[in-house]
Amino acid sequence: MRSTAPVQNNSALVELVRVRYRVGDTEILRGVSLQINPGERVALLGANGAGKTTLLRLINGLISSNEGTLASPPVALQAMLFQKPPLLRRNVLDNVAFALKSRGMAETEAEQLSMQTLSRCGLTGLSQRYARALSGGEQQKLALARAWVTRPTLLLADEATASLAPAAVHEVERLMLDMCEQGSTLIFATHNRGQAKRLATRIVFMSAGRVIEDRTADDFFANPASQEAIDYINVERV
Amino acid sequence: MKLTSFFSVAAASVLLALPVGARAQDASITVASTTSTEQSGLFGHLLPIFKRASGIDVKVVALGTGQALDVGRRGDADVVFVHDQAAEEKFVAEGFGVRRIPVMYNDFVLIGPSDDPAKSAGKDIVAGLKAVYNAKSAFVSRGDKSGTHAAELRYWKQTALDPATEKASWYRETGSGMGPALNTAAAMNGYILADRGTWLSFKNRQNLKIVVEGDTKLFNQYGVMLVNPAKHAHVKRDAGQKFIDWLVSAEGQAAIASYKIGGEQLFFPNATK
Amino acid sequence: MIADAFLQALALVSSFDPAVMSIVWLSLKVSGAAALIGALIALPLAAWVVQTRSLLREPMIVLLNASLGLPPVIVGLVVYLLLSRTGPMGALGWLFTPAGMIFAQVILVTPIIAALARQVLEDAQQEYQDLFASLALSRWQSLQTLLFETRFSLLVLLLAGFGRAIAEVGAVMMVGGNIAGHTRVMTTAIALETSKGELALALALGLILIFIVLVINIAAHYARQVLRRRYA
Repeated sequence: MRSTAPVQNNSALVELVRVRYRVGDTEILRGVSLQINPGERVALLGANGAGKTTLLRLINGLISSNEGTLASPPVALQAMLFQKPPLLRRNVLDNVAFALKSRGMAETEAEQLSMQTLSRCGLTGLSQRYARALSGGEQQKLALARAWVTRPTLLLADEATASLAPAAVHEVERLMLDMCEQGSTLIFATHNRGQAKRLATRIVFMSAGRVIEDRTADDFFANPASQEAIDYINVERV
Repeated sequence: MKLTSFFSVAAASVLLALPVGARAQDASITVASTTSTEQSGLFGHLLPIFKRASGIDVKVVALGTGQALDVGRRGDADVVFVHDQAAEEKFVAEGFGVRRIPVMYNDFVLIGPSDDPAKSAGKDIVAGLKAVYNAKSAFVSRGDKSGTHAAELRYWKQTALDPATEKASWYRETGSGMGPALNTAAAMNGYILADRGTWLSFKNRQNLKIVVEGDTKLFNQYGVMLVNPAKHAHVKRDAGQKFIDWLVSAEGQAAIASYKIGGEQLFFPNATK
Repeated sequence: MIADAFLQALALVSSFDPAVMSIVWLSLKVSGAAALIGALIALPLAAWVVQTRSLLREPMIVLLNASLGLPPVIVGLVVYLLLSRTGPMGALGWLFTPAGMIFAQVILVTPIIAALARQVLEDAQQEYQDLFASLALSRWQSLQTLLFETRFSLLVLLLAGFGRAIAEVGAVMMVGGNIAGHTRVMTTAIALETSKGELALALALGLILIFIVLVINIAAHYARQVLRRRYA
């Protein structure tokens, strides 16, 4: 069950203890235990169906677990990036300001803050453009600006760069790192091994609903311990 | 929030668009009348004259006589102006109308195909209908409990024949107003009983013509009644009475007599005060 | 006959015949008001259906879909009985007035707008539910945002409602009474001219009606495009 009570381990930002999640008879997560501390950048790796997306959605509160305990910051202190950014049918500025106004911030202040964030993301010139007419990379940067403007403690990203061109991937990665430097903790799911190396301080490798390996990035790629991880890295290499 | 402003704009436009319904109550009355008076153009001729004389707006709802009386019964009109004496007397006897006042008459005519296959032409409506019955020629009946329908059934009764109950295949009940029934008769090239006014102003005659007219039995008396304010307190008694008084006044009667289509007078004033 | 009707329609329009103009204007007012009021009822209703987990949700959907097929004459009859002086709403004095006609047409257009709006809102809900949840929006905020995000599509629904209203004859005839100068609208005027055997004039009025509906739809189509372009 989800709990918003302070995490027992004082230092942990997110803590899962033997979390299970089922859809019908199918078990998606089979007892996941995990602690993530402030300032970490955690990559979730694993084949399709390993449970990465489900884990992110659980942490974000979009779904609830069937068993185990989960503690994470209140939803208002989290932000999530999706593979296909769900943008509102408004211009770029309004998309960003929406996140603030929905929390009751006054219009002028919200727009001022939004313009600052847009400028950090290199979107100043597009602020009056219709959001859904932007390119894929611009759309994801906009989604990132909308996440950033709320100054989340925890940034979640589910394959946020999977459908972007290489140049856009690097821009979005740089912005994610900037956000982390400003104090956000990052948990992201990816199939891109290079991205995991570039962004992550820690790798959580999952297979069939379990955490198989959980170590620093350098260590994981240099010495994968499990057969699943070896296979996964080899397949990626080919 | 923009949505709120969207809704307020929408609500404001609704208010603007809402036509004023309840204003100027006293200067207007509702009259339930028949399609024959409305569609023949008589009201179009009379009402502006009355408005000039009294300042009162008359809103006419044109229905069959039966329906018009029903509207009066429910209190949805101030005055009822129809043509079915028996039904009108019943209306007054039940207390829904104050008093029935005869205003004018027109006459019914039997319309039929110009080659008159039933050989019904003449001055006798009873003989004419018998001929139609014997020839089994197509006959269109209003079938809507209107004054004209009541008259038609009365004439059939006088022939001692009853195609309606027999459900004769050539006898077609349309359940519609005078105009639509005439359209049907024109399309079927059949016989039909119509009031002269509607016939004269009817434009889609095709192959039809008058086959029987002039029988005194065909006279069609119109009566007017104020809906009883004792039954329906909201009835505009004064304005309604003014309209009735005007209809039977010398001025009103002259206005009725002066209405003509193609030089032919449609309604003959015969008010008895 | 058809060519004759075209000429007559042209003559009526070009001469700005005051009787015809007032009929046209009343049609626009009554049906426009009915569509707007219908939307004000239908949109919150559709939004409620989309987000609720109430047991009444499924019955409401069935009810809305079934009432798409409501025959206008039945609505006219029921509203007539309601508004009649001896009926439960008789004190309003709405029978044989434009207000009564609007009332009847609101009943006709609300289900259409609600049923279509439900579909539009449900699609948008699919698209945005994760975003709204991760932005921690309240249910009311989510609904407001959904309605705003679908505003262009909802404008089209307003037109659909208006279209049904302005083309409808059964209910306005019964409730309005087709009173010359007061409650006579395009469709009841057409019915009247048809029954007078003035078929060409009836057809001419029909052409004007079709023309007006066409012009409004063209205008709405371009208004929608301009609104979109402002953001693009």
